Amino acid sequence: MGSGVAQKHDRAADPALLETVLRLGDNALILGHELSRWTSNAATVELDIALANQALDLIGQARLLLDYAGRLEGKGRNEDDLAFGRDAWDFRNVLLVELPRGDFARTILRQFFYALWAEGFYDALRQSADETLSAIAGKSAKEMAYHVRHAGEWVVRLGDGTEESHGRLAAALAELWPYTHELFMADATDEAMVAAGIIPDVAALRPAWEQGVGDAVARAGLAMPDDPWQPEGGRRGVHSEHLGYILAEMQHLPRMYPGGKW
Amino acid sequence: MVSKAPAQPELAVAKGVWAVLETVMDPEIPVISVVELGIVRDLRAGAAGLEVVITPTYTGCPATRQIEEDIRAALDAAGYGAVGLASELHPAWTTDWITPEGREQLRAFGIAPPEGKPGKRALFAAADPVQCPRCGSRHTELVSEFGSTACKSLWRCTACREPFDYFKCL
Repeated sequence: MGSGVAQKHDRAADPALLETVLRLGDNALILGHELSRWTSNAATVELDIALANQALDLIGQARLLLDYAGRLEGKGRNEDDLAFGRDAWDFRNVLLVELPRGDFARTILRQFFYALWAEGFYDALRQSADETLSAIAGKSAKEMAYHVRHAGEWVVRLGDGTEESHGRLAAALAELWPYTHELFMADATDEAMVAAGIIPDVAALRPAWEQGVGDAVARAGLAMPDDPWQPEGGRRGVHSEHLGYILAEMQHLPRMYPGGKW
Repeated sequence: MVSKAPAQPELAVAKGVWAVLETVMDPEIPVISVVELGIVRDLRAGAAGLEVVITPTYTGCPATRQIEEDIRAALDAAGYGAVGLASELHPAWTTDWITPEGREQLRAFGIAPPEGKPGKRALFAAADPVQCPRCGSRHTELVSEFGSTACKSLWRCTACREPFDYFKCL
């Protein structure tokens, strides 16, 4: 990470914009990091390569977003400083992406939930009044379409597969479903950004997401869960215990050797 | 997008810089230059003199940094150390920016160039067949949408039986 090349089109610092960019960047960073743990562990070579590629896409998106966040913040922190120098309470990702990756069914279902959300969000974000976000969204939306298809087809295959794979997907659905609500929550920061034309209103994106999830779940032979629990907190820095373990692993080297190179 | 006409009277310098840029190859696909890939967006007069404007391609492309360093090194080696380098995200790069010459070079190297537009496709819907870069047949099938690099997917040709990479649309 860490590019010394100057970027153009910066907006004046706006705390709500910085918060928004951190939320998007942290979602991509933490999910990308978690997904990268499958590298060399997937069941087939094609699957291994697919998951590693998707992790790279997510980390690439995180780099662009965190680089932008660093410039908005104006304290001279770059993408590396933000990824490796912040503590858990500074992170703004949703809880969904920091949950343990679990088995393959849980990993792939989470990818599907997130990718379908991100594809819709980025697609709408192309219209952002913020030129940098619009440009990041332009490419990310197209990349996420590949992720949606890959994860969605696996959701159907697992649900429609063996008794074992069906059971594992059902367990993943029951476990992860409550955490999807946070993707569609909006606070004062979001409302200000929607009003300024910087980000889309997630409520408007929800019906298409629910339809996409519902279709895949039905084809997988499962019923949608009916769990009213809606855990949240990550977007305001209140995380589960899991994020601390992720950061401990992800950050220990740069923190032990600050500025280290090889 | 890529305007080859320099805005300043430094015509000879601009021509020289373009000539250097055309020799900088993609580190992972060493038959196509950064100009043909559409990575070099512009050469313009900036506040501190001439600057080369580049844009990243796939966000997950690990070669982005390498490409910047290669461009810098090539400019320095050719005596254009004073020429600046700036990166712009907007408007977002797409595979449409790959030049016709670049597409032919990809094909000659054994990589099918991008065709059409990246569209949303329903789950399990068949991908439109792409042309085999070896025998030219369209009797091809997708093996995996993710390949050896972020920009490629894996295909096989059912006519000549050869596997090949496809530079996927973005």
